[in-house]
Amino acid sequence: MSKHPMQFVPTADFKERARGALDDDKLRKSFRGAMDFLQAKRRNQFSDEHERESLRDLGSAIRKYALARLPDLLEELESKLTRNGIQVHWAENAEEANAIVLDIMRRNQARRMIKGKSMASEEIELNHYLAEHGMECIESDMGEYIVQLAGEKPSHIVMPAIHKNKADVAKLFEENIPDTPYTEDVDELIQTGRRALRRHFMEADVGLSGVNFAVAETGTLWLIENEGNGRLSTTVPPVHVAIMGMEKVVAKLEHVVPLVSLLTRSATGQAVTTYFNLISSPRRSGELDGPREVHLVLLDNGRSQAYADEQLRSTLQCIRCGACMNHCPVYGRIGGHAYGTTYPGPIGKILSPHLLGLDEAGDLPFASTLCGACSEVCPVRIPIPDLLIRLRNEAKRNPNETVATPLRGQGAKHSAAERVVWQFWSGAFKSPKAWKALRWGATRLRAFTPGAQAGWTQHRTPLKPASRSLHDMLKDRDQPE
Amino acid sequence: MQARNYPPKPKDVYLFGTCLIDLFVPQAGMDAVRLLEREGLTVHFPQDQSCCGQPAYTSGDAEAARKVARAQMKLFAQDWPVIVPSGSCAGMMREHWPKLFADDAAYGPQATALAERVFELSEFLVHVLQPDYSAARAEPVKVALHTSCSARREMGTRVHGLSLLASLPGVEVVEHVRESECCGFGGTFSLRHPDISGAIVRDKVDSIAGTGCQRFITADCGCMLNISTAAQHRSVAVAGTHMASFVCERLTGESA
Ligand code: SF4
Repeated sequence: MSKHPMQFVPTADFKERARGALDDDKLRKSFRGAMDFLQAKRRNQFSDEHERESLRDLGSAIRKYALARLPDLLEELESKLTRNGIQVHWAENAEEANAIVLDIMRRNQARRMIKGKSMASEEIELNHYLAEHGMECIESDMGEYIVQLAGEKPSHIVMPAIHKNKADVAKLFEENIPDTPYTEDVDELIQTGRRALRRHFMEADVGLSGVNFAVAETGTLWLIENEGNGRLSTTVPPVHVAIMGMEKVVAKLEHVVPLVSLLTRSATGQAVTTYFNLISSPRRSGELDGPREVHLVLLDNGRSQAYADEQLRSTLQCIRCGACMNHCPVYGRIGGHAYGTTYPGPIGKILSPHLLGLDEAGDLPFASTLCGACSEVCPVRIPIPDLLIRLRNEAKRNPNETVATPLRGQGAKHSAAERVVWQFWSGAFKSPKAWKALRWGATRLRAFTPGAQAGWTQHRTPLKPASRSLHDMLKDRDQPE
Repeated sequence: MQARNYPPKPKDVYLFGTCLIDLFVPQAGMDAVRLLEREGLTVHFPQDQSCCGQPAYTSGDAEAARKVARAQMKLFAQDWPVIVPSGSCAGMMREHWPKLFADDAAYGPQATALAERVFELSEFLVHVLQPDYSAARAEPVKVALHTSCSARREMGTRVHGLSLLASLPGVEVVEHVRESECCGFGGTFSLRHPDISGAIVRDKVDSIAGTGCQRFITADCGCMLNISTAAQHRSVAVAGTHMASFVCERLTGESA
């Protein structure tokens, strides 16, 4: 459908892409504006600090509770869904998940798919795969649709086209949708998009959606959205395929309520979304609408690795609200595409190493100041900076070292030279004599301090030691020890 | 961050000077000593101290960090509070040393016990010493406040800084745009990702300059050096003063 080829961004060269993004004034302005807006919206939703903090406690506890019994809950979910007539498929990786979806389409002689928003489908690059197999996929979430027209990938997990401004969209629509004049009127643009999509809903053979939460005790799939495209994608076509990461299960129906509240308020600053879809079966006899077949694809794709480690498991508490990226000083400067991964920003930095391995995503955990803005807003209290530090250790670990549960790509960022630097550093700082000698040298030879100091002086004046150290000054005045 | 219980005013305290203050801003350490002594305390400075280990810790070399942390731990043997004139280093010692030694039977309990005694300077002043600065210089001055992110989140340093400044006559704190946003330092991040770090600190400099204050006060030397040298690089008239030095300056018109 698009004139543009799909672009798949490799995860290497993070620095270079970041530099490109930093130089792009328009992009930086878009992100800054969007982030200020989203931060303010969230703030307004959580005006009562006490309520916010206790809700976060509850959200975190619910997610931990579910993860603690994940295997049991998944089994329960499968049996309840099956009882309700929903077919469950397990996919260990992206290839399996894609093949399952293709197989469902082929068995139904389907050619056209309409898609509600699904990051899991982005993660497995489903559109690309299906296109290669002669299938047509249309994204129906407005942001996803825009990104698809542009031949790009989402730059944000909640607002896929956040990097585009009105003029970009106007141009894309003019170029790609027949009989569409250029306009920057937002209402008109939305109407154009809706009209273009409406036909696709009616013609689609299969609707695909993501899942926000799956309830084990009832066998219910929750899908929240604002545009109604999720409702249409899951009810109009004769076949509905839902896809979700296997961590998204919760034990009880009542557990969803606080999570939804946290999700919408943290994500877009909305008290509720326009649509709640609770999907619990295919069309029953006597019902007027709904698909005749419903499938759920449960995706592992590296999540088991995070699950197996007590500390890293908390990564899977995530409810994909995007608040961490909306508050991240790095994401705000470089935008989502620079990461080169499906999930950008702080959540991407802690999740991608499991999905892709540290060999591919090992740069990402280092691309953080560890300021903690992410964990401060995370509705389920994921200790993101701690996880980043842990992943840094795993990335730097000697690849030959044997550990109980090695991570994929362990040691990919190991550098013998850097090890030597830290060995020297720890040698200097653990030995009072060595540190004394270094202080002596640095203060006495301060006139020789280099004017170019690695990355520092690219944007700053050089650091110059004082003429006397604190140690010396306090020694002079006989400070007691 | 947990609400913590504060001890009664002690007679003796340790000062942990931190490596950045030691080498680059020793006057801030001297001023910290002076503020503590002003309240009648004996300040002990073990000469064998160096660094809290944070640079290696955040760079993914836990073992190197442990070596350095271990060497510090034994220097604070008496049961006195350990005062740190830098929020992020205080946070390292209070929050991260216990984690670093969690699996270590010998050092784990020691790290946890020591963490309880670690206080950032302004926190200790505000909560324990409660100094009377009412006789300090009164002529009006406007300053901006910058707080290290980890210090704010781990140690509550922003709140402590604000109350300390509020206890000084004539000092008005002007809030800058996105005050809570990171200055882009992040320790070795500033060297590993100079472009991103440079973009973040540029915005921070502009934001402080936008208040019309040419001066910002901070309890963290890393951020202070980052923001001040970035401003200098672009010839923007913004410079940082360490909290301890600023308080001393208001007390006497000159620092120690
Ligand atoms: S890590 Fe937390 S803040 Fe980030 S998307 Fe997940 S739930 Fe939201």
